[in-house]
Amino acid sequence: MTPTAHVPRPRSHAPAFDVAKVRADFPILSELVHGKPLVYLDSANTSQKPLSVIRATDDYYRHANANIHRATHLLSERATGLYEGSRKKAAKFLNAADPHTIVLTKGTTDGINLVAQSYGRSVLKPGDEILLSWLEHHSNIVPWQLVAEQTGAAIKVVPINDLGEIDPEEYVRLLSPRTKIVAVGHVSNALGTINPIKAMIAQAHAHGAVVLVDGAQAAPHLVIDVQDLDCDFYVLSSHKMFGPTGTGVLYGRKQLLEAMPPYQGGGDMISNVTFEKTLYNQIPYKFEAGTPNIAGVAGFGAAIDYLMSLDREAALAHEDAVLEYATARVREIPGVRIIGEARHKTGVLSFLLEGAHPHDAGTVLDQQGIAVRTGQHCAQPVMDKFCIPATIRASLAIYNTREDIDALVRGLHKVREVFA
Amino acid sequence: MTELNDLYQEVILDHNRRPHNFRVIDAASAKQEGYNPLCGDRLTLYLTLDGNVIKDAAFQGSGCAISKASASLMTDAVKGKSVTEARQLFEQFHAMITSEPGTPSDDLGKLSVFAGVREFPTRIKCASLAWHTMKAAVAHPSTALRASETDAPVSTE
Ligand SMILES: Cc1ncc(COP(=O)(O)O)c(C=O)c1O
Repeated sequence: MTPTAHVPRPRSHAPAFDVAKVRADFPILSELVHGKPLVYLDSANTSQKPLSVIRATDDYYRHANANIHRATHLLSERATGLYEGSRKKAAKFLNAADPHTIVLTKGTTDGINLVAQSYGRSVLKPGDEILLSWLEHHSNIVPWQLVAEQTGAAIKVVPINDLGEIDPEEYVRLLSPRTKIVAVGHVSNALGTINPIKAMIAQAHAHGAVVLVDGAQAAPHLVIDVQDLDCDFYVLSSHKMFGPTGTGVLYGRKQLLEAMPPYQGGGDMISNVTFEKTLYNQIPYKFEAGTPNIAGVAGFGAAIDYLMSLDREAALAHEDAVLEYATARVREIPGVRIIGEARHKTGVLSFLLEGAHPHDAGTVLDQQGIAVRTGQHCAQPVMDKFCIPATIRASLAIYNTREDIDALVRGLHKVREVFA
Repeated sequence: MTELNDLYQEVILDHNRRPHNFRVIDAASAKQEGYNPLCGDRLTLYLTLDGNVIKDAAFQGSGCAISKASASLMTDAVKGKSVTEARQLFEQFHAMITSEPGTPSDDLGKLSVFAGVREFPTRIKCASLAWHTMKAAVAHPSTALRASETDAPVSTE
């Protein structure tokens, strides 16, 4: 980050972002798909991995493979160093003051379930409310439904407008002293909407509610500062931010994490076990039962290093410019209906093409080497809101270019040809 | 694009545009929902059974070209067949769309236009949704009649 990072610069003066250099860091981008160069527009589903991440997981197995926290030998020391090193990097990435507030999880879904079952289950009572939004991914709905059923709490849902933005007045109206937990996405995976979470968190706090932010889609794009946001929990997945699958982070406010009961029992999460009474380890280890995905966490650390090595403001300006270009180009295609036109969005272009079901469009695009996601994007309520069964979703990352968008547009014309 | 033409044969595109039997049967003796959560395809299948014979078959719903054309051709194919014959046809159809590309399969007449699906593993569920739904509908026609509204939809997941 440059010292002037908080001053928005006009786009024409945006610092140069060397997308060719970035692309060269991702070996898979030179892959051929059905004999065509890969055009990867599915990063919201999972991102591709730079060589440094691939190397870091490989290096772990070659030079450091051992269990963590448990042995006195050198390899275990190395493994523990890598694992705890990634925790510190994650703390830095989120600007968390204390690495002990960083729980390493299996990913976003795991983090939300942890908070729902550990925090939610111990505080919620009949009559309490959990407030969600219509934009949420199923991962930020179902864990709350489970805990609501267990505790007798009720779920309330903030509606969205036709642009795909959370209705701010309805949000305030739905907040009440009964609201114990607000769980909301930072960025919508289905539509790309950036929610005004800082204001939403402050409003929730004014009613005494605790806020979990699902940052799965924000992490690869936005600079995140959990202290500035003042959120209580922030969850994300490594695999959406250029790291390996199977790992991620739950940031939690220290006092909350300390007061929460363990989520799962097992090795590493205890400090003393007898059959009469077991003493739990301190945070974050209390929440990390069993041998984790050490190689994945090592790769995750490399992914954070990679992201932090970029001028993130310039990277975001690049992505925004490509999204703007994509929106304009795709909109020109006859029969296109764009779904989700929030004033603040990032990384996602969801749309429909008249006459072609998204799934058919996906197959035709795939034959041309273009990877998009088609379907409901694990956000069925969003589809229901717009009365559509599915969309075609092109999602962007730092390595995408205008040429990728040109290929997409050519591909969509081919779709129109087939289904004319 | 030859593979693409294998998948989207003219017959399939035609049935997608103008599906046969795309209607409700008010007095259906079996009614069954089918749902593919992967792509959001949804259909409701209606059957009129006379003893063991499928007298009429129709469907409603929304879905991709493959699933819609498959429902269209399936309802055409099972009309006039016995439940046992319809089940057998599903077995043959399923074998055709899941066989190794290049291996011979039974000649299923018009249904053979779906042979190209086997080159596209992600689309097998689209082609088989209507058939799975038919199988569920004939398995419990009387219960489907009574509990059709509350029956759990058939899912291909
Ligand atoms: C907004 C959002 N939340 C949660 C998830 C679930 O993430 P994961 O599958 O990595 O646990 C995703 C990923 O699809 C997502 O986009």
